[in-house]
Amino acid sequence: MNDKMSNELVSVKNVSVEFDYQDNFLSRKQKIQAVKNVNLSIKKGSFVGLVGESGSGKTTLGRAILAANKITEGQVIFHDEKKDYDLGSISKKELKEYRKLSQLIFQDPYAALSPRMTVRDILAEPLEVMKITKTRAETDDRVREIASKCRLNLEHLRRFPHAFSGGQRQRISIARALVSNPKFIVADESVAALDVSIQADILNLLKNLQKELNLTYLFISHDLSVVAHICDEVAVMYLGRIVEHGPTRELFSNPKHPYTKALLSSIPSIDPEKQNKAIELKGEIPSSMNPPSGCVFHTRCNYANENCKKEIPLLNTEIKKDHLVACIRVNDI
Amino acid sequence: MMSMNALLDIKNLSVQFDTDEGRIIAVNNISLSLNAGEVLGIVGESGSGKSVTAKSIMQLNPYNTHYDEMGEIIIDNENVLRFTSKEDLKKIRGGKVSMIFQEPMASFAPAIKIGKQMVEQLLLHKSINKEEAKSISIDMLKRVGIADADKRFNQYAFELSGGMRQRAMIAMALSTMPKLLLADEPTTALDVTIQAQVIDLMKDIIAEYKMGVMFITHDLGVIAQTADNVAVMYLGNIVEIGPVKEIIKNPKHPYTQGLIDALPDIDNLDTPLKPVPGSIPSPLERPSGCVFHTRCKIYEEGLCNNEEPQLKSFSSNHKVACLKVDSNE
Repeated sequence: MNDKMSNELVSVKNVSVEFDYQDNFLSRKQKIQAVKNVNLSIKKGSFVGLVGESGSGKTTLGRAILAANKITEGQVIFHDEKKDYDLGSISKKELKEYRKLSQLIFQDPYAALSPRMTVRDILAEPLEVMKITKTRAETDDRVREIASKCRLNLEHLRRFPHAFSGGQRQRISIARALVSNPKFIVADESVAALDVSIQADILNLLKNLQKELNLTYLFISHDLSVVAHICDEVAVMYLGRIVEHGPTRELFSNPKHPYTKALLSSIPSIDPEKQNKAIELKGEIPSSMNPPSGCVFHTRCNYANENCKKEIPLLNTEIKKDHLVACIRVNDI
Repeated sequence: MMSMNALLDIKNLSVQFDTDEGRIIAVNNISLSLNAGEVLGIVGESGSGKSVTAKSIMQLNPYNTHYDEMGEIIIDNENVLRFTSKEDLKKIRGGKVSMIFQEPMASFAPAIKIGKQMVEQLLLHKSINKEEAKSISIDMLKRVGIADADKRFNQYAFELSGGMRQRAMIAMALSTMPKLLLADEPTTALDVTIQAQVIDLMKDIIAEYKMGVMFITHDLGVIAQTADNVAVMYLGNIVEIGPVKEIIKNPKHPYTQGLIDALPDIDNLDTPLKPVPGSIPSPLERPSGCVFHTRCKIYEEGLCNNEEPQLKSFSSNHKVACLKVDSNE
């Protein structure tokens, strides 16, 4: 346990994030529970995947860890070498330091880059804003260094983003996220907008940079095959809760939660001979304004019984080492 | 695949767009045909001309489109590219041919009830009255698995969830009983569990109504699970065409091979991901010779950059457009 603690970079403890929602100014104020009671420990140097369908709260959780969302309940602690940052009660000064340590790579490389700035200026801006470099020469050195790590040519630096293809733009986004020398990266659907032939290149780049720069990733994606290939461990989210968490291979070869099983069976196989029949889920993901009682998945689960409507399952049933499931019926199914 | 009674027969179709920077080639001299009851998958990356091909069939491309004189799209012995009258166009826009788009929110008018939109198009294409059109529409909504179809009939598109909207879109496209269905990335915007539901639904309906379907997607997994035949497109050219099983097991064109190698395969986690080097050239800088030569791993200087490869038969109906593919064997 002690060993695990010292190895931990981010610890998310019982975190909930709620948003206020009002349909129009006359209607009743409602709460949207985007993330509910989530526990997640991210080890140094790991590549953690966060999967789930739209509305499952993956992006909100990622943003909470970046201190970009208010945390309604619970604690997110970022363990840096010198000090711990408690993101729930972080001061403005600490937040500035924290921004250098954690960065975000966005989904759409077309929207993420300003069309009016050269690539050099895009990469230099974080350094100037965060006051990391003091002189222009120092800034340029750092920009060149990170550009070459992300396989951008020096000649590219003078150009504007419109001159680049989707894959190259995503490399610019990655370079910008890495220029402040962060330790932790949240990659939110960072390859979802790319063509397959380019996607593989960006995934390989992320993986190589991880080794080279000692990075830790939280990789948010809806694409299970991508996650299976690149992540060391995976957490599956449904309606704001983590329902299953484990080492990638273990989880993909031995899924336990009925939702994970259905999700994995839905991936269309590239082998035309293998006509896999997807486990059909009833209906669609319920609204997070009015989540079901007990286990939030019971309305769509093929195994749900009366107890599932009452009892809230905790992510504490250990299948194997590090493989946790939140399902009260896991031993019966 | 080439038969006399094909439902759809595209011959030497070339489509160009006039832009400020000059005329660009979107589709370059492609030929393919599709029979009733057959699903033809079209795969390719962005800019490969898949959607332009489908939209040409319904003449839905923008005003700056230029169709080459040589090209023909034959449906029921008529070249639909020559259609200009309203009556003729009606036949290919919702009559014999229907289309399902990627983004269902953008395909429904936001301020008109779904039912009204469904009835409206039925009245346009069939000689039936409003009551009949309503009952056909509600039956179709039920058929695609929408619960409370009577209630949904009177709702607006924004009141439906993404998966349900796509089902309603499919119901609308199918209610006129088209012979040919063009499905342009119909499941790309959906979550995997919903995608699986929609694919199952489409398969059932295709089999039941014996429709011909052109299924456009960038997802080879979806193609493998739905299509009978597949055409692989790159920069407006068909580089490989043939039965799905054969092409996925034994791809001949280096681009098809590259696409399959780049795809993360969940059943095979140990193989590293191999990207196709480089990126798709801009249509303004179309490579000479074989359009793929700038990214090809078996490129031969002097041959591939000079000569344009033609589709040649590999086995009975598996065709490949590559100059190196024979010597590669």
